[in-house]
Amino acid sequence: MIAGNDTIAAIATPSGNSGIGIVRISGTDAVKIADEVIRSRSGKSLDLFSVNSHTVHYGFIFDGNTVIDEVLCTVYRSPRSFTSEDTVEINCHGGMFVLNRVLSLLLSKGARLAEPGEFTRRAFLNGRIDLSQAESVMDIISSENEFSRSNSLSQLRGSVKEKVSALRDSILHETAFIEAALDDPEHYEIDDTYKNELRDKVYEILATIRNIIKNADDVRYLRNGINTVIVGKPNVGKSSLLNLFAGFDRAIVTNVPGTTRDTISERISLDGIILNITDTAGMHKSSDEVENIGIRKAEDEISKADLIIFVMDSSEKTDEEDIEIIDKIKEKTSIAVLNKTDKGSVITENDINKYTDMPVIKMSVRENTGFDELRDKIKELFIKDEIRDNEIYITNKRQTELFKKAYDSLSSVINSIDRGMSEDVYTIDLMDAYAYLGEITGEDISDDLADKIFSEFCMGK
Amino acid sequence: MTVKDYDIAVIGAGHAGCEAGLACARLGLKTIVFTVSINSIALMPCNPNIGGSSKGHLVRELDAIGGEMGKVIDRTFIQSKMLNKSKGPAVHSLRAQADKEAYSREMRKTLENQEGLDIKQAEVTEVLTDKDNKVTGVKIYTGITYEVKATVLCTGVYLKSRCLCGEAITHTGPNGLQAANHLSDSLMKLGIEIHRFKTGTPARISEDSIDFSKMEPQYGDTPVVPFSFSTDPDEVQKEQVKCYLTHTNEKTHEIIRQNIGRSPMYSGVIEGVGPRYCPSIEDKVIKFSDKDSHQVFLEPEGLNTDEWYIDGMSSSLPEDVQIMMYRTVPGLENAKIVRNAYAIEYDCIPGRQLKHTLEFKNIHGLFSGGQINGSSGYEEAAAQGLMAGINAAMYVLKKDPITIDRSEGYIGVLIDDLVTKDSLEPYRMMTSRAEYRLLLRQDNADQRLRHKGYEAGLISDEQMDTLRKKQDMISSEIERVSKINVKITEDLKKIMEEAGSTPLSTGTTLEELIRRPELTYDMLAPVDEKRRELPYDVREQVNINIKYKGYIEREKRQILQYRKAEEKKIPADIDYESISNIRIEARQKLSKFRPETVAQASEIQGISPADIQVLMVYLKTL
Repeated sequence: MIAGNDTIAAIATPSGNSGIGIVRISGTDAVKIADEVIRSRSGKSLDLFSVNSHTVHYGFIFDGNTVIDEVLCTVYRSPRSFTSEDTVEINCHGGMFVLNRVLSLLLSKGARLAEPGEFTRRAFLNGRIDLSQAESVMDIISSENEFSRSNSLSQLRGSVKEKVSALRDSILHETAFIEAALDDPEHYEIDDTYKNELRDKVYEILATIRNIIKNADDVRYLRNGINTVIVGKPNVGKSSLLNLFAGFDRAIVTNVPGTTRDTISERISLDGIILNITDTAGMHKSSDEVENIGIRKAEDEISKADLIIFVMDSSEKTDEEDIEIIDKIKEKTSIAVLNKTDKGSVITENDINKYTDMPVIKMSVRENTGFDELRDKIKELFIKDEIRDNEIYITNKRQTELFKKAYDSLSSVINSIDRGMSEDVYTIDLMDAYAYLGEITGEDISDDLADKIFSEFCMGK
Repeated sequence: MTVKDYDIAVIGAGHAGCEAGLACARLGLKTIVFTVSINSIALMPCNPNIGGSSKGHLVRELDAIGGEMGKVIDRTFIQSKMLNKSKGPAVHSLRAQADKEAYSREMRKTLENQEGLDIKQAEVTEVLTDKDNKVTGVKIYTGITYEVKATVLCTGVYLKSRCLCGEAITHTGPNGLQAANHLSDSLMKLGIEIHRFKTGTPARISEDSIDFSKMEPQYGDTPVVPFSFSTDPDEVQKEQVKCYLTHTNEKTHEIIRQNIGRSPMYSGVIEGVGPRYCPSIEDKVIKFSDKDSHQVFLEPEGLNTDEWYIDGMSSSLPEDVQIMMYRTVPGLENAKIVRNAYAIEYDCIPGRQLKHTLEFKNIHGLFSGGQINGSSGYEEAAAQGLMAGINAAMYVLKKDPITIDRSEGYIGVLIDDLVTKDSLEPYRMMTSRAEYRLLLRQDNADQRLRHKGYEAGLISDEQMDTLRKKQDMISSEIERVSKINVKITEDLKKIMEEAGSTPLSTGTTLEELIRRPELTYDMLAPVDEKRRELPYDVREQVNINIKYKGYIEREKRQILQYRKAEEKKIPADIDYESISNIRIEARQKLSKFRPETVAQASEIQGISPADIQVLMVYLKTL
């Protein structure tokens, strides 16, 4: 949005039943509109035009002669606000209903309802925050659990920027040395010792990036949830297990085999971990065309899953169909659930371990036993390490992709060194990696290299 | 009195002025070249060499377009070296030691023999314009006016120059030559902004006071590769002189540190900003204090002089300190200084006042090339002088201007950097400034740029024909080589073993073999039975193009993207102040530089990708 001078308004606090909420208004007319609707108890103007930036004022929201709420408002003047525009934040007390009324009132006075993330976009477009910070704000807006919120906050404080800057600085230093040597070969020499040093340094950077990418995967589970698929033969209790997770009857549960003919998904929160659970049609050989479509769909879900929960009826012996399923899921992270222990078990852990080394949990969905063990196993499989404060966790797909591209470029440097390519091609890949990392934080690169060469290397005869 | 004999006036006869004057005259325009001193035509007041890393590229490019520098140095060099020969072809750079006097004399002779070109010793004091800001003439110190349609400023370091050697300050140009003290004021009256830069040169020491036995000799290459595409390689194979290498030491550095307060740079007497890439010895000692020694190269100033240039030890320290300092260097214990080292300060202009044609944005028919535009170096100056001269001629002839973009040549990078970036120091070319370095090689400058010279009218049909034949040979040979299958024969095994190449398990194409870093096109001749005899320059192109194919294609793709951005024109009358979503700092920069395209805007220092995004969105709304 470039026609940015118009004034936008939105409720800035999450929806919920909290007593206090903030309505934010930003743009050229922010102060004018606020001044129109916020007055003293007696209806006199607060004259917000003449107050200092970053000051708080007490007043009442008036819709005509009717007082809607008692409020505190904070005035931020351009450019010293989040968006760099004139901004007023109104702290209301009356809950969601009142917040909505205040917002409608502002809209009727000429503000436009902000699009999702528009305040942040303005802050970015006005150069107030960099790209990684803007993305973090968007992440905060959409983050659903505690971890991803605090991680977004630390990204916002700049930890990604710091880490990326350190990597870039290291890459730039090496590039500058090579360029200095190419530019002034009589002063600087690229010998084999240096090439070995460079290889070591690039390996070091590669390890750091590899770690960041791996963390990104870990964090993806935390942020977007673990894509979990429940599979098993018909009527072993898959839908009942899903219902147990969800806490209410989502899937149709009957004792007729093959009741679930389509996949059913549920997003549930388990001790702060999000599971995107998909229940599938029971997998067995069937002549029913509709059922077969369901089975093919289940196979498709398996290929996309992060976690497979393989449910078996422990009161029945393992058969060919079970083994076929095990075969389909053996490449995936899986847990075998031996259900219906209440009916008496005929299969044991050892029977399963003949075919696969996946962990086995005994439970009875009907009697609600074994669920805690299942939950702990999921946590153990996916949250291997404690989230460490000093690490960075990229939660954004664009950023992860750029790290991967930087990784590839740096791998080419190693390849060039090992193949005996000429030194000037090292710097092409080094500078590519440098640029990709720069894109993560949205930095300008135009003259960095020349500056680095001159500041670190004594050039010229 | 008004002289009406000329179409174009070139102010200055240094490396830029000579190229500008020759280009204009060769394009059929009556040209007068002014110089404050007839003895300073094509003078090399600092280092006695032409070329070097990336500068060598500039000379080759200039030669491809029809410039003179390459031809003159081919006739007057006394030692020649291809730098970085062990590195990739993109950074090979030719450098030649010049006989300074011979170089200047040869260039002067070329000017004198050029039809339609006159030389005049006179200080130009004023550029005259009409009410439409169009150049109408120039006025010289004696009061005489020359009526011309276009003028090229090539004033070098002569505008209000001041030389400093410790506490001793003289208001002269380089080497004690007369400064030009009036023109700056006239330019300012025309609304041109003036900057002040500084540079420096080391001492010259007499040969009989130097003990060369304490130094390491440096030899030239055999065979010598000429600069000019028109020079017959046989003509440049001749006896070469030696240069010498020695080093500074702790004693040298101690003397400098003790006397640093007497350096005008450090005492604050010098206002101009100096270059970082060619620092004075006092800068090296202070800024790189962890180094206990710096290299010093001794290079002869020519065959008929006993002066030696002390490369690596430029300075503005007082004479008594200089004597002590130089005498600490092995081999210079008894050094006698013929000419002192000094720093020079001069007026120049921020390049952003120019278009890419090197014409001033606000003054029609006024062009500017060389050190006045904030560059440094003979080669950078010559390249700009040539382009400014060509475009002044195009302006008078009412033809389309000729420009080179960043993807076409180092000259393009140089000019683009000068006119779109605010350089805070004299700008020097470096290979790392060229984004498409693997394509912009010194070996293919003719293939890249000869057509520009042809378009201008400086390159003949015959020269173009020669180039076309060469290109045909290159492409058909690359094609042929890609189709040749080689079997694993004893001959091949032997070649590969000698090169240390991993043995083949199956047959492959000749192209694949050439792509191996340790093998070359020439090495594989014995296993390529149907190979025709091809000239060296063709074989070299075949080898490089095959070897670096992957990278070359990648750069070609990048160039396509760059061209796309380059095509996104920004309206000339755009009002950046009205785009409130662009950061204030960026708005100011854009208003100052007024880039013509989005690509140029993104090149400006301090303009972030976010600013460019906003600008592009804004352009869409227009």
